[in-house]
Amino acid sequence: MTDISPAHLQVMWNRLVAVVEEQAQTLIRAAFSPIVRECGDISAGIFDARGEMLAQAVTGTPGHINTMAEAVKHLRARFPAETMKPGDIYMTNDPWLASGHLNDFLLMMPVFRQGHVVGYTSCTSHLVDLGGLGMGPEGSDVYDEGLLIPPCKLVDQGTVNTLLMDIVQANSREPIANEGDIYALIACCEAGAARLAAMMNEFDLSDLDRLSHYIIETSRRGTLDAISQVPEGRYINEMTMDGYDVPLTLRATLTVRKDGLHLDFAGTSPCSSKGINVPLNYAAAYSVFAMRCIIGPDIPNNAGSLAPFVVTGPPGCILNAEHPAPVAMRHTLGQMTPDLVLGCLHQALPDLIPAEGASCMYDLPMRHTADAARDGGRRFAIELVHNGGTGARPTSDGLSATAFPSGVFGSQVEIAEAVAPITIWRRELRPDSGGAGQYRGGLGQVIELSSAIDQPFLVFLSVERLENPAAGRQGGRSGAPGRIRVSGRVDDIPGKCELRVDAGERLIFETPGGGGFGDPAQRDRAAIQSDVKCGVVTPGAAQALYGVRT
Amino acid sequence: MTFLAPLRLAIDIGGTFTDTVLVDAADAVIASTKTLTTHDNPAEGALLGATRALADATASMTDIIGFIHGTTLATNALIEKRGARVATITTEGFRDILEIGYERRYSQYDINLQKTDFLVPRDRALTVRERMSASGEVLIALDEASIADLIAKLDDCKAEAVAICLMHAYANPAHEQRLRRLLQDVRPDLRISISSEVSPEAREFDRLCTTVANAYIQPLMARYLDAFASAFKSKGLRCPILMITAGGGMTTLHTAGQFPIRLVESGPAGGAILAARIARENNLGAVLSFDMGGTTAKLCLIDDATPQTSRQFEIGRAARFIKGSGMPVRIPVIDMIEIGAGGGSIAAVDRLGRLTVGPKSAGSEPGPVAFGRGGGDPTVTDADVVLGYIQPENFAEGQFAIETAAAEEVLLTTLGMPLGLDACGAADGVSRIVDESMASAARTHAVESGKVLSQRTMIAFGGNGPLHACRVARSAGVSRVLIPANPSVGSALGFLFAPVSFEIVRSRYALLAEMDIAAINRLLGDMCREALAVVRQGDAEAPITTRRSAYMRYHGQGHEIEIALPDRAISAEDLKSLTAAFETAYSAQFSRPVPGMNIEILNWSVHLSTPMRPLSEITAQPRLRHIQPTRTKRIFCDVSGVFREAAFVPREVLRPGDHLSGPALIAEPQTTTFVGADFTLDVDMRGTLILTRETQSD
Repeated sequence: MTDISPAHLQVMWNRLVAVVEEQAQTLIRAAFSPIVRECGDISAGIFDARGEMLAQAVTGTPGHINTMAEAVKHLRARFPAETMKPGDIYMTNDPWLASGHLNDFLLMMPVFRQGHVVGYTSCTSHLVDLGGLGMGPEGSDVYDEGLLIPPCKLVDQGTVNTLLMDIVQANSREPIANEGDIYALIACCEAGAARLAAMMNEFDLSDLDRLSHYIIETSRRGTLDAISQVPEGRYINEMTMDGYDVPLTLRATLTVRKDGLHLDFAGTSPCSSKGINVPLNYAAAYSVFAMRCIIGPDIPNNAGSLAPFVVTGPPGCILNAEHPAPVAMRHTLGQMTPDLVLGCLHQALPDLIPAEGASCMYDLPMRHTADAARDGGRRFAIELVHNGGTGARPTSDGLSATAFPSGVFGSQVEIAEAVAPITIWRRELRPDSGGAGQYRGGLGQVIELSSAIDQPFLVFLSVERLENPAAGRQGGRSGAPGRIRVSGRVDDIPGKCELRVDAGERLIFETPGGGGFGDPAQRDRAAIQSDVKCGVVTPGAAQALYGVRT
Repeated sequence: MTFLAPLRLAIDIGGTFTDTVLVDAADAVIASTKTLTTHDNPAEGALLGATRALADATASMTDIIGFIHGTTLATNALIEKRGARVATITTEGFRDILEIGYERRYSQYDINLQKTDFLVPRDRALTVRERMSASGEVLIALDEASIADLIAKLDDCKAEAVAICLMHAYANPAHEQRLRRLLQDVRPDLRISISSEVSPEAREFDRLCTTVANAYIQPLMARYLDAFASAFKSKGLRCPILMITAGGGMTTLHTAGQFPIRLVESGPAGGAILAARIARENNLGAVLSFDMGGTTAKLCLIDDATPQTSRQFEIGRAARFIKGSGMPVRIPVIDMIEIGAGGGSIAAVDRLGRLTVGPKSAGSEPGPVAFGRGGGDPTVTDADVVLGYIQPENFAEGQFAIETAAAEEVLLTTLGMPLGLDACGAADGVSRIVDESMASAARTHAVESGKVLSQRTMIAFGGNGPLHACRVARSAGVSRVLIPANPSVGSALGFLFAPVSFEIVRSRYALLAEMDIAAINRLLGDMCREALAVVRQGDAEAPITTRRSAYMRYHGQGHEIEIALPDRAISAEDLKSLTAAFETAYSAQFSRPVPGMNIEILNWSVHLSTPMRPLSEITAQPRLRHIQPTRTKRIFCDVSGVFREAAFVPREVLRPGDHLSGPALIAEPQTTTFVGADFTLDVDMRGTLILTRETQSD
């Protein structure tokens, strides 16, 4: 092998990162699922001939980190490279192989050069509907939740398997959108493969070995360097979550050694009977994301930067749900794992870790009721996405109404009202919802909405932190818990259920605030005055929490 | 000097330099100047530039019949936070539109990131009771009784300007208009921007941001435009001054004063107009314009001599030019990507041992190490000096000496030693990394636009564009590059080819198959009348071209595609062809349509414009002449990887028909064109340099 200068290798690495980002953008633009458009719930990656990941797009949801790498390894084991032909594409939506629930489809395509497989491209996207009970926690097992496609060859030397496509369409309420999304995934794989082949041409590479070695070794070295800054030890953290019907314990033990981090979920509650269970691949993706926010965030995701992070959990615990547990809403608890992991890391690095935040997004799918549709009312479906506050950081306040750990986009009121018959009467920050501290937690928001056409509608809820608010750190106070109400009803609404809102009623939901960081007594007086002046802290709370009269 | 009167003058005031170009009646450049921008009073530098250019041409201010101006003042005021104290008034229940935004962090892994400053803190965010529905029906009447209270609050927070953005005001502006009237009755001097005029599009966050930005710079820009106009009038200017907008058209001072937000990014727009003009002259269908200066590079896709446009733009992105980190502004703009890559971009080796370039820039002060003005970090320019592409001889018209040894030294110690490279290897690395990042940005932009990059012709200009054009083209797979005459004043030159135009985009949601055709026709008719009135202020008689469009998408998708509508009222018979047009455009971008899926429209636009300036007729073919260079310079050949001699030719000696093979350096006062070893150079009848890459055997 000829020696290639580090500058040339770096140019090629930059190119690979650019290619996966391009693929990701193309997928997002072509996708029919609102969660893809608003959250970028997709991924794209490039792998070497051994199936080692060289580059992965940074997209809106960290749920695909690692899961894609594992899935490609699995598909390669199932379908030996010798049997692959140019133009083949493989596919699965198995939650335990792809990305934790049936909606996520993963495709993988081999890249050929001179008759040999030299690498792979892969991409994942969230499809709108796979039949079953659909996106909600009500399934009792994965069979209730819809169609599962085991690893299979979707495209054989350029020819799409029409039976497979027919099956995916026949088992969906949105067959046209599903078909469109799968074709977009195919196009994305093909574009990635073409770009990789073109790059190898341009730089006259017969294989990716030297480049792969450079990327993986540089990243691994940098990551181990970053890990060596974390004091060795065992750090244990436990959190109580609302759960579906009974509170749940999430427990993690983080073992830090110079050669890597090991996270284990022993002590975590067993699976729920309903679909908030999390396959390990998904829990690991969010956990590793959180660790990488602190440890080596400047290093791109690839086999080298990810290898030092190992995540395990006792089979059957809610963060290592096994087939056939229902997993449709695996993100509800999956998005809580960063707070769990950061609680461990905080013990090792007390000055670098933010407080807990709202974390779980308030994803509110709504649609017409069956009776309204039967009586000739308007049919509609919309999914609003909103967030609470993030935890206060060690040197600054938390962010109000901002997504973390996911990167979802909040919906715009004018767009929601244009496409669905709802009126949103209020969307404002919740004063006093940010946990008090030297640095204040981010504020939650309050949203009030009703039918715009005096017709009942349904909301499918699977949200967290109504009972268990985001905790502060280093003496910071908890943020406000979330709350869901319907005007005129006495009792609050639980966080996980199917809710009917009648004509004339207003649904009022308040997203949680983030926890505070540090002793409130240490907060800068001017910051408190400014909070009161801006109305994010009320004078009463300033007096009660900070002892400041305004 | 002889010229064909009357004259036209263009002035582009940039962050560092003010460029002035004077052309005669045949659009031939008869003088151009580069003077330092005078930040305290920009008109001063502009006057100096104009006076010099006129003196060079032995003409006077009274000979000028067309005066076009563009300035970064509006953009800079927003970036440097030098605008007015703005208060917002939004619908009750929606006080926090700015702070909530899209609820996202622009950088996934950065837990310490700070949100963008949207210029109006919460204590200046006021609300009023009222509500429109999405279709523009009044759900809650405007609470006129609360006006006194609002006035008191505005006084209280000492607001100098007000941005009003009420829910769904794009669908029915009545409450915004009424509220403005009521406020102005009491406070006639208060400057008020209303969202239904500034940016009548759905998406409350973007619309409010745009309205705030407009209000923020309005007092400043109004003062500036007044002062600028009177300064030139007092020197004898008789013709009206027209302003370049972000959309690439000209508009009057009156409209500019009303909607100063439309003046952002006018300099780069001028560059794109120039490139479009050159595309027309050379009959080029698919073009990539490449404008590289000292701190940033701007790229624009130009098809059929029309720059790609967009309806939004972000001001003041965070240091790394991250998407989503700036203030979104929804106005019609020429769609450009701007990346932090310029001559002053700083190169470094990061903690992983990776060579990185930019986006941090040494700017013009202290500048590259080779300029010897105190710069200590290796830059792209330093690399170009070490590689021999920038020759010390008469650099920047001899304004300062190039210190080659210092550049070599810093490249070796800062980059070469950690990477195990010599100074030249490090310089070559810097060049490859920065050129790849520009090519990459261009590729990504093309992919996002559903277009292909490699078949395009690149048109390169700006101080560093001609120097890096071949290298970026090679990285991008582009094999043809054009370097126009006067490339370092490309933006100002472009101003002179802009039409008088105005574009309005307005939201109204409709499913294509079931839309209320009469209502849409009324909407488009009103928009055309509104735009016509604006264009007629700038040109009372020229024929006008109207482009009507609808932004369509499949229901459920987020990406809209602009589809041209016929320039007349639409009828039910048109729906079929519009569906077909959308499906064709969709297929071009996504390889296949999605039959059976509903098509929806959220936005409608009209663009009214006077005709493009005619091209000068060229019939003669230049006579081929192989140039035998009399001088050579030693340069690093980025194709073979060794030093060799390159032809060194002053551009002024080149004549149409001249031909030579790379490597070569074509030197002119403000820039140098580097012709790579795999390129040949031809000069066309207009003096444009045409660089062609020898196609590879595979």
